[in-house]
Amino acid sequence: MNIHEYQAKELLDRFGAETPRGGVARTPAEAERVARELGTNQLVVKSQIHAGGRGKGTFTNGFQGGVHLCKTAGQARDLAAKMLGQTLVTHQTGPAGRVVNHVLVAESVEIEKEFYFAVLLDRATGAPVIVASREGGMDIEEVAAKSPEKIIREAVDPAFGLQPYQTRKLARELGFAPQQMRAACKLFAALYRCFHDCDCSMVEINPLVLTKGGQVLALDAKFSFDDNALFRHPDIMALRDVGEEDPREVEASKHHLSYIGLDGNIGCMVNGAGLAMATMDIIKHHGGEPANFLDVGGGATEEQVTEAFKILLSDPKVKAILVNIFGGIMKCDIIAQGVMNAVKAVRLGIPLVVRLEGTNVELGRKMLAESGLPIASASDLDDAAEQIVKLAPKE
Amino acid sequence: MSVLVDKNTRLVVQGITGKSGAFHTRSCMEYGTNVVAGVTPARGGEVFEDKVPVFDTVHEAREQTGCNATMIFVPPEFAADAILEAADAGVELIVCITEGIPVMDMMRVKEMLKASNSRLIGPNCPGIITPGQCKIGIMPGYIHKPGNIGVVSRSGTLTYEAVWQLTSRGHGQSTCIGIGGDPIIGTTTLDAVQLFAADPDTHGIILIGEIGGSAEEEAAAWLKENCDKPVAGFIAGATAPPGRRMGHAGAIISGGKGTASAKKEALRDAGIAVAETPSTIADTLLAVVK
Repeated sequence: MNIHEYQAKELLDRFGAETPRGGVARTPAEAERVARELGTNQLVVKSQIHAGGRGKGTFTNGFQGGVHLCKTAGQARDLAAKMLGQTLVTHQTGPAGRVVNHVLVAESVEIEKEFYFAVLLDRATGAPVIVASREGGMDIEEVAAKSPEKIIREAVDPAFGLQPYQTRKLARELGFAPQQMRAACKLFAALYRCFHDCDCSMVEINPLVLTKGGQVLALDAKFSFDDNALFRHPDIMALRDVGEEDPREVEASKHHLSYIGLDGNIGCMVNGAGLAMATMDIIKHHGGEPANFLDVGGGATEEQVTEAFKILLSDPKVKAILVNIFGGIMKCDIIAQGVMNAVKAVRLGIPLVVRLEGTNVELGRKMLAESGLPIASASDLDDAAEQIVKLAPKE
Repeated sequence: MSVLVDKNTRLVVQGITGKSGAFHTRSCMEYGTNVVAGVTPARGGEVFEDKVPVFDTVHEAREQTGCNATMIFVPPEFAADAILEAADAGVELIVCITEGIPVMDMMRVKEMLKASNSRLIGPNCPGIITPGQCKIGIMPGYIHKPGNIGVVSRSGTLTYEAVWQLTSRGHGQSTCIGIGGDPIIGTTTLDAVQLFAADPDTHGIILIGEIGGSAEEEAAAWLKENCDKPVAGFIAGATAPPGRRMGHAGAIISGGKGTASAKKEALRDAGIAVAETPSTIADTLLAVVK
């Protein structure tokens, strides 16, 4: 789950992690009010969408740039009027763009120095780690590849948390002057608390800045939350903006199906995440392109299979469907019946190949063959992939 | 001829009275697993299926039945606590089937298990089976056959796929370990291959991995230096887009790391035969087992 910049700012504020002063606005009048309350002539108005590249983006109404500096509350109002309700296209949104429903109006700070700071899970040790660098504002992967010596790593004991001495060590390694240390340490400690208390898998601050006025601030924040822990964070769950998500993925999540949209034309329905990935891989191996990842789970019901078909068919790009089920606990005849019912229910009009394996597989295949429905049965995984690639139109 | 579990394993099931706990306990009992106890808090004194006593705590179950392995079906919000309870009671092998445990909880569990003698398998895994002797988990028993191939995997149904390929070609398995699809797990790919390498009755190893993390690379590096047994590997997720969690919480390419191609490269570099498609996993191993 992703959240908006203004939501990240509100979350950081709650943990005492300092960010530039500002507030969110849904109307031009609100933007004007927020700007006036800031009482400064150095303002920035930022479009709020879940995509990067906003500053260099273009609105479909022709207005250039999703991020603008200005001096007065009146100018903030006028800028907000040009952004709100409009569609912003950036290199990350695709040509359809995203509608801007909120703008963040904030004080624009004068930057003395930029840093990179992140708290994340280190899978190798099974513990949190702080990754920081003096090379702020840049792509950290690039820094790590070109000059790994510029990356600082500080392991955190998950039982005890980030210790004060560790924040001081980090501040010195990042080159903060003695008089800035207190502010830097306070910010690092707050960021770790936020990571821990919100069950994040990552909190990335890029850049974290030292201002010309000597403040240490989180200027931009990217949060990744652990989906498994959202049940105990209703407040974070409430930040979800389904308008920013793939509607197919939203629909799938309602039915407890794990779905990820891709660019190909062969829809897949598989039980189990590993087998689902392997099925995508084998389609590609035989020259086809998978349209999605879809895991119906180990104990999928007939209703879930029907919903899964509906989601696959709601995608106009899907021109053929491959069903691959290893029936272990669930018997193949039951799965075959579920597929047949679903095909009838959705009036399937595109090629379908079904590959079943496991308990009662002979009976399941026989049922599909005698159903009179346009379902091709595959003998094994290779055969299934070859058949479906042949049946799907070439792109 | 097995690792970790065999006919002497005495199993307790935590969450035995829940819907899936009860269902899979029955299936394990039918397979021949010696289920000696169940645990559900506040249900102590009941008897499951007319033969398995239910206790309120793992400590009582351990004291009264001598159970030496546990299978956990407790809901995700309570599962980390269930693991710690089993470890505190001294249960040697903890198999946690539960999917969806918060990562922060597992960090604490992993840290606390360092000071314990218990081994954890999972969470979010199908479990472990020594064919013909003991099944702890949700895998369909009949696809397995006693034999000499060790299987370790991060995925459930993909493991069944490989096992079924072996069995239908007449080759049995010593033990199959589903280590789970979460970012933090107890027994790692490396731990599992070390067990198989040391087991005289395991003659070949199948290693099934997927995108995310570096578990396969670590296992490959160790195998290269320490193991002469034939090994075949498969990595799922070559077509997975970066930055997306592919069903399993741990199956995610982040920061350009954990890609399928890098993992395959590491396996090949260690002299491991790599199956290009999931349909050739067994054949790839059988081609190198002499």
